[in-house]
Amino acid sequence: MKGFDYLGVNTLEFDVEKCVGCGMCLTVCPHAVFTRSDAGVKGAKVTLDKPAKCMECGACAINCPVAAITVKPGVGCASAILHSWITGEEASCDCSGGGCC
Amino acid sequence: MVKESSEEKQLTPLEGVVVLAGDEESSPLSKEGGDCCSTSPSHRDIRERAGIMVYPLVSGWLDTPAGEVPKVSPVLTADDKRGTISMRIGIGRDSYAITPGLYAFGEPNENSHVIVTCNYKLTFDHLRSTLSKLDLWVVVLDTKGINVWCAAGKGTFGTAEVIKRVNESSIDKVVNHRDLILPQLGAPGVSAQEVKRATGFKVHYGPIRAEDITAYLDAGMVATPSMREATFTLKERAVLIPVEISLLLSPLKWVIPLLFILSGLGPSIWSPSAAVTRGFALFMGLFAGGLGGAVFLPLLLPYLFWREFSLKGAAAGAGVTLIGLLLFGGALNWLEALSLIVLGSAVASYAGMNFTGTTPFTSPTSVEKEMRRWVPIQIGTAALSLAGWVGGAFIG
Ligand code: SF4
Ligand code: SF4
Repeated sequence: MKGFDYLGVNTLEFDVEKCVGCGMCLTVCPHAVFTRSDAGVKGAKVTLDKPAKCMECGACAINCPVAAITVKPGVGCASAILHSWITGEEASCDCSGGGCC
Repeated sequence: MVKESSEEKQLTPLEGVVVLAGDEESSPLSKEGGDCCSTSPSHRDIRERAGIMVYPLVSGWLDTPAGEVPKVSPVLTADDKRGTISMRIGIGRDSYAITPGLYAFGEPNENSHVIVTCNYKLTFDHLRSTLSKLDLWVVVLDTKGINVWCAAGKGTFGTAEVIKRVNESSIDKVVNHRDLILPQLGAPGVSAQEVKRATGFKVHYGPIRAEDITAYLDAGMVATPSMREATFTLKERAVLIPVEISLLLSPLKWVIPLLFILSGLGPSIWSPSAAVTRGFALFMGLFAGGLGGAVFLPLLLPYLFWREFSLKGAAAGAGVTLIGLLLFGGALNWLEALSLIVLGSAVASYAGMNFTGTTPFTSPTSVEKEMRRWVPIQIGTAALSLAGWVGGAFIG
């Protein structure tokens, strides 16, 4: 996503040893965080290419068949985080309908 | 085809059927109140019974091995459009849902694709009009009337719900393939492997945007990289503005009295006339901040080149307040003017920070980092600006 860079800190971790190259993370990531240079080769491992672009949605981790990816998914919603600071609970998005939060 | 006739069946909301009861969950147009009763008599369906009405969007019924499936009209009615508008401007955001289950778009057969979506009516209506030329089976999940992305984050657009609806709708009897197409933005909630294990259906993640579904299907369920990448175009940002504004309105009921109390303070201890005139000016400062943070920040997002939304917002707020002062602020002294600019920046900075929740690229870890740094600054500068505003009354 060109033109939109944020602070780039996140909880994404990738264990390349475990990767079996199924390509699922390439499919689900909305920010092309993972890439595969030898795309034609079936089963080639992926590369964690743009970790700073990760928005911690968790799609790659839940869909990776071998748990090679971990990330702590959450809501990037300021009012939810503020609420969690005050109450000490986990931030949860109580948004409905329209946009998120 | 077995007719639904047993007693207990009558109380279960069926696909395509609205139960006219006080139950918010199953009443799809509950926010529209009386509007749901305005269906024309021509719409009467033999399936209607006392207390139960067929959705106006159902244009007919399709006989299938899994029972009758409601056919969805691709034409949005005035009611549908009115509902979309009221959701966009942020009224009635609580529940705008349709009954989950299996629906038919066009004239699908046993070879047609099966797509899965949420039961937020705005999303469903968008699919109706975008996919009007296709013949598809559509499995609607119960996401409590929330859009795919947010519901996936909460887990309601999730593995268990997909499995449940696929099994309950007996879609395996309706089609002779074993492929489901889910929106890519639903992937955070769904484990494709587990769905396959539990239902035998293979999950394919389709494109992010409904507009790309036709091209994706034509290409044999292959998405181009651009179909997979989130975007945040001017139009996508602009539709969020009304909701951003509505979020700022709720604290006003206690902020406005505070403004007038503060503005009345001065050499004569408290002056009602100052409370009104200066209170109005202070409110306009706040308004300028809100305008900067909730309107100009979304519109100008890529051009406000700082990474932190708090800074983007502060810049937008300062700009709008400054312009306001140049146009209307002739009667204010320098301290008052300065205070309004600081206040406008603080308010816009806060509103801007809140906008992170709607952007498709901010990680929660980063948002929290930004907030640790900026929330104290916002509170501090807002307090300073109010002190400056009160001080301004004394220097005349
Ligand atoms: S989903 Fe997991 S196994 Fe598959 S390519 Fe990505 S990291 Fe490798
Ligand atoms: S968590 Fe989401 S944004 Fe981050 S790498 Fe995985 S799929 Fe991409």
